[in-house]
Amino acid sequence: MKLVGEKGVQRILMITALSAISSLLLIALFIFSEGLPFIFKYGAGNFLLANEWDPNTGHFGIFPMIMSSVWVTLGAMVVGAPLGIAGAIFLSEYASPIIMKIVKPTIELLAAIPSVVYGFIGVMVLAPVIRNNLGGPGLSLLAGCIILGIMILPTVISISIDSILAVPRSYREGSLALGATTWQTTHMVTIKAARSGIVASIILGLGRAIGETMAVIMVAGNSVNIPNSALDSVRTLTANIALEMSYATGMHREALFATGVILFIIIMILNSIASVAIRNRNAKK
Amino acid sequence: MRINPKYTQWGAVTILTSATIFTILILVFIIFFILEKGLPVLGLSFLTENPQEMGKAGGIFPTLIGTIILPVFALLIATPLGISTSVYLAEYTKETRITKVIRFGTDCLAGIPSIIFGLFGYIFFVITLGFGWSILSGGLTLAVMVLPTIIRTSEEAIRAVPNSYRKVSFSLGASRWQTVKKVVLPNALPGIVTGIMLSIGRSIGETAAVIFTAGSSLRIPSSVFDSTRTMAVHFYILAREGISSENAYGTAATLIIAVLFVNLLAYYTMHRFIAKRS
Repeated sequence: MKLVGEKGVQRILMITALSAISSLLLIALFIFSEGLPFIFKYGAGNFLLANEWDPNTGHFGIFPMIMSSVWVTLGAMVVGAPLGIAGAIFLSEYASPIIMKIVKPTIELLAAIPSVVYGFIGVMVLAPVIRNNLGGPGLSLLAGCIILGIMILPTVISISIDSILAVPRSYREGSLALGATTWQTTHMVTIKAARSGIVASIILGLGRAIGETMAVIMVAGNSVNIPNSALDSVRTLTANIALEMSYATGMHREALFATGVILFIIIMILNSIASVAIRNRNAKK
Repeated sequence: MRINPKYTQWGAVTILTSATIFTILILVFIIFFILEKGLPVLGLSFLTENPQEMGKAGGIFPTLIGTIILPVFALLIATPLGISTSVYLAEYTKETRITKVIRFGTDCLAGIPSIIFGLFGYIFFVITLGFGWSILSGGLTLAVMVLPTIIRTSEEAIRAVPNSYRKVSFSLGASRWQTVKKVVLPNALPGIVTGIMLSIGRSIGETAAVIFTAGSSLRIPSSVFDSTRTMAVHFYILAREGISSENAYGTAATLIIAVLFVNLLAYYTMHRFIAKRS
């Protein structure tokens, strides 16, 4: 590279290397500069804790959406976490390497399926089943939980597998030598040692579930209310933004960006916790 | 009361196995359900005809164009940025405060939900920079979105190149940049390609970030300043507004086939790469 020389190359590479962090800052800057002034103007308490959302009359309370997002996400955990962790334990501790080699990429394909397709499956398959067997409109909190629970499986499984495989072999051998069965070894030794990584996988799954938009819009029904039962139609924070963004103006648009600010903060907190947990796992090694 | 460890062992393994099988069955069900309903609609005319009455009849040709152009545009921007970031991280520095910040930024960016990218792309590219709903806005937004994937996979691929390769190159008098260009990058190429493929797959399936930045025009774009509609967006509109469930299934089948093809190609490339290394 005679044009710029070695030092020049290094400088150019370093500048491009800052692209990810500067994109992140730019995103934060623009979302916050659109949303934060609204929160101050309208009052954080009114915005976060009021129940009424009616842009036509200037009511912008997102409490029902916050509760809906929380319930949908927790429900998705109840569906996805046990299934995902069980799958991860099976694949890393009990399955033969060949099965692992085939099944792990197959499960990762679940992550590649577009979220609109999940939403569509929810509408065409899941919602009628719920409507006919349990009552209610079908498009509901429950449908959202099940679909999101499935969508987070790849995240939970692949990060849990990594952490279980990171547990040193000697731990397992020690336990087996003391006469424990393989299951006793798994649940008393291996899982305990891999705990922080498994927790990280669940938190990253939480982040994915709370941020998911299109699938939730399609299956959860979208009425603004605090859910009383799993069969109620709900609207999450993400759905609220996506549903109204195309026609919102003025205060209304600012309120949607403010909803984005809340979402951004929640996601950042979850991701920071997860990265600390993963760092703990790696530090232990 | 104590249960015989043999029984708990048997019970646990049964539960774990069924959980795994259940997970795989979900995937198989989704793919077969969409293909079973969609494949009969899918045909050459469906792919090459223009949609009529907002997609109620006719084909999906313009969305096919949008689905190809937008990811290509995004990757044209994200690939050079991503690769040079990973070269910097893997070849030019030790772990310092700057690399920690870069890594933290990359991880955070990877965790941001697509609706936030949509909001950002809308306010920044569409409004502030005045690009409007266009291929330019949509492509730039997707580029930011896939950047972390490219950085991570490229860095892994570069780190997997054996150190002896570099030492030989240095001992022949090559500079660091010559070594990177002639030795490290060619050897890391399959891994880098895998990252690009995965990013294309993600861009093809993306909806929330695209609909607010590239818009949803059904016309065939004539420049990067024109709006376009991808298959995923088209499918979302067909399904959500109940325009035509038949064409929705057809579009979904095309989408699934495209995404699976790209991802399988990515796994195949990676597999070859790993096989070569070990």
